[in-house]
Amino acid sequence: MSFLLMTVWVAFRVLSRNRMRSALTMLGIIIGVGAVIAMVSIGEGAKAAVQAQIASFGTNVIIILPGTTTVSGVRSGHGGAVTLTVADIEELRKIPAVTEVGWARRDTMQVVHENKNWFTTINGVSPGYLIIRNWSTASGDFFTQTEMDAAAKVALLGNTIIKNLFDPGEDPVGASIRIKNMPFRVVGALEAKGYDTRGTDQDDAVFIPFTTAERKVMGTKFQGSIGAGFLSVESPEQMPQVVEEIKRVLRQRHKLRPTQDDDFTVRNQVDIAKVQEGTSESMTLMLLAVASISLLVGGIGIMNILLVSVTERTREIGIRMAVGAKRRHILLQFLVEAVVLSAMGGLIGVGLGVAGAKAASNVAGWPTIISGDVLVIAFGFSALVGVFFGLYPANKASRLNPIEALRYE
Amino acid sequence: MSLIDCRDLVKTYRLGEMEVHALRGVSLKIDGGEFVAVMGASGSGKSTLMNVFGCLDVPTSGSYLLEGLDVSTLGENRLAEIRNSKIGFVFQNFNLIPRTTALENVQLPLFYRGIPAHEQKALALGALERVGLADRQRHHPAQLSGGQQQRVAIARALVTNPSIILADEPTGNLDSQASREIMDTLTHLNREGITIILVTHEADIAGYARRAIMMKDGVILSDRDAGGVGVAGVVPQEARA
Ligand SMILES: Nc1ncnc2c1ncn2[C@@H]1O[C@H](COP(=O)(O)OP(=O)(O)OP(=O)(O)O)[C@@H](O)[C@H]1O
Ligand SMILES: [Mg+2]
Repeated sequence: MSFLLMTVWVAFRVLSRNRMRSALTMLGIIIGVGAVIAMVSIGEGAKAAVQAQIASFGTNVIIILPGTTTVSGVRSGHGGAVTLTVADIEELRKIPAVTEVGWARRDTMQVVHENKNWFTTINGVSPGYLIIRNWSTASGDFFTQTEMDAAAKVALLGNTIIKNLFDPGEDPVGASIRIKNMPFRVVGALEAKGYDTRGTDQDDAVFIPFTTAERKVMGTKFQGSIGAGFLSVESPEQMPQVVEEIKRVLRQRHKLRPTQDDDFTVRNQVDIAKVQEGTSESMTLMLLAVASISLLVGGIGIMNILLVSVTERTREIGIRMAVGAKRRHILLQFLVEAVVLSAMGGLIGVGLGVAGAKAASNVAGWPTIISGDVLVIAFGFSALVGVFFGLYPANKASRLNPIEALRYE
Repeated sequence: MSLIDCRDLVKTYRLGEMEVHALRGVSLKIDGGEFVAVMGASGSGKSTLMNVFGCLDVPTSGSYLLEGLDVSTLGENRLAEIRNSKIGFVFQNFNLIPRTTALENVQLPLFYRGIPAHEQKALALGALERVGLADRQRHHPAQLSGGQQQRVAIARALVTNPSIILADEPTGNLDSQASREIMDTLTHLNREGITIILVTHEADIAGYARRAIMMKDGVILSDRDAGGVGVAGVVPQEARA
């Protein structure tokens, strides 16, 4: 052990004699490791942001929209007729794997508080909706059953609404706002959720009871008509079966003949997440390719410099052998030099990569995640590169004939 | 038992089609404590013989017993250990490691022996003191004169307390003043009991030794008493002047 330590020490001294050369030799590894760390950190950050958005929407959620999906997009139902109702969704509650159901309809309207006003989305929602979509209150409470039944004029406000209609620090709970010139009492302020996967501000919304929306705000041309239904399912594995069951039940209720298309659309978060996973997987593969190529190039650089060094120091090798160095001592010496070069390059690369990731989040505002595992793996690989590419020159040095080495000019 | 006992040593180099006979049958016994000079024309096989004695090279045929041990049966690692513990080399061109201090150069054999660093330093400093260079321990070879470099090399050869010092033309690159200092150092070490085998072209250098071996074309031509300081106890130059 102490011999190894002394060899490492000697290697550091030898390499510091040729500072410029050592630095240039390490450059390949430095750039490779640094780039990979920065890219992985940015990639992981982006992935986590997407996952957080998906989670903020609610996991294991199935959305049912009225109208048919065609290749070109969503086309509305038969002449704007009712294609999805509260009764439809209530019926779906009977599917065993379904844990919660909810529904909503929305409209964009002006919201007024004192002298401020804001154009936003008004959501008429059932209690289940707020649970499925993972909403929670920062202060105040959700609607009570009594308020729902009575179609009371009560509202929950998203964070963006509060920021725009109220003074900083002002508690909106208990305040009165006006929608369509009707006074609404604010019963709760919602916890901020941020942007969804499509980049929509989820907090730019006002929630009122579905009954209130239907009877007092949005009009009732078709009783029980909803804008969207929401279902939460016990586990992601059950999603495909549940989706099939939903289609079966709704087709039956809507009395569709087998030749007719669905007059509704079923979507779920798992599909969206899968697409995301796919892209991040190909991203990972690309990173791996970049990392391997740069480590390969860096390793070849180290091998090249070591071969030069073995030639330059032929006589030194002869001297060492004459005073009693065994072949493995010589092998170890050059191997250690290679590993010191590559590991130092790896260490500097890790430092630069972390700095790069930090810069990306500070300057460009990208979310980055620097994972300790990645740093350790990157460093470990760069050290391994030293072993791998140092082996050939080190072996060459250890195979020298001592007499010829001593005579080398 | 002799320190060195070799019989019919043959060393043949092969250069493509051609064969070079460096040694053609050398038989020789050298006892512990001897001071031997090996002389002869260039190409007569002196260095080859030294390399075989020093276990840097193996003979093509013949036997070589070092302290009774048949060296031809040993593997590379054991040979390295023998070079490390029993042999000290001194070369014509000093062969110090450049850009490395005198002290570290002297430490080198101890480094491969795997002893703790502070012991290495203490022993190396002692060896430098014996050659009178303790005050130059931090100097690099390039900052030392030829004679000083050779004395560092001698310190490196004796730091392991070897049985033999093999010196191949140690004064070949030095002026007469530095040569005299080197030979005085070697004579002194011989008086302390170290066997010294020295290759030289110069008669006055050989005059320090007690025994002179003359080689020609890979064989020993003559082996006689040289009457050097080892016996007479006088400085040869003055004796011959
Ligand atoms: N590696 C080798 N390959 C081929 N021939 C060699 C080799 N080493 C030595 N020889 C040959 O062996 C013979 C003896 O060489 P050696 O070096 O022992 O001579 P030497 O007596 O030390 O000469 P010098 O006084 O010039 O140093 C020479 O003819 C030399 O050319
Ligand atoms: Mg010679």
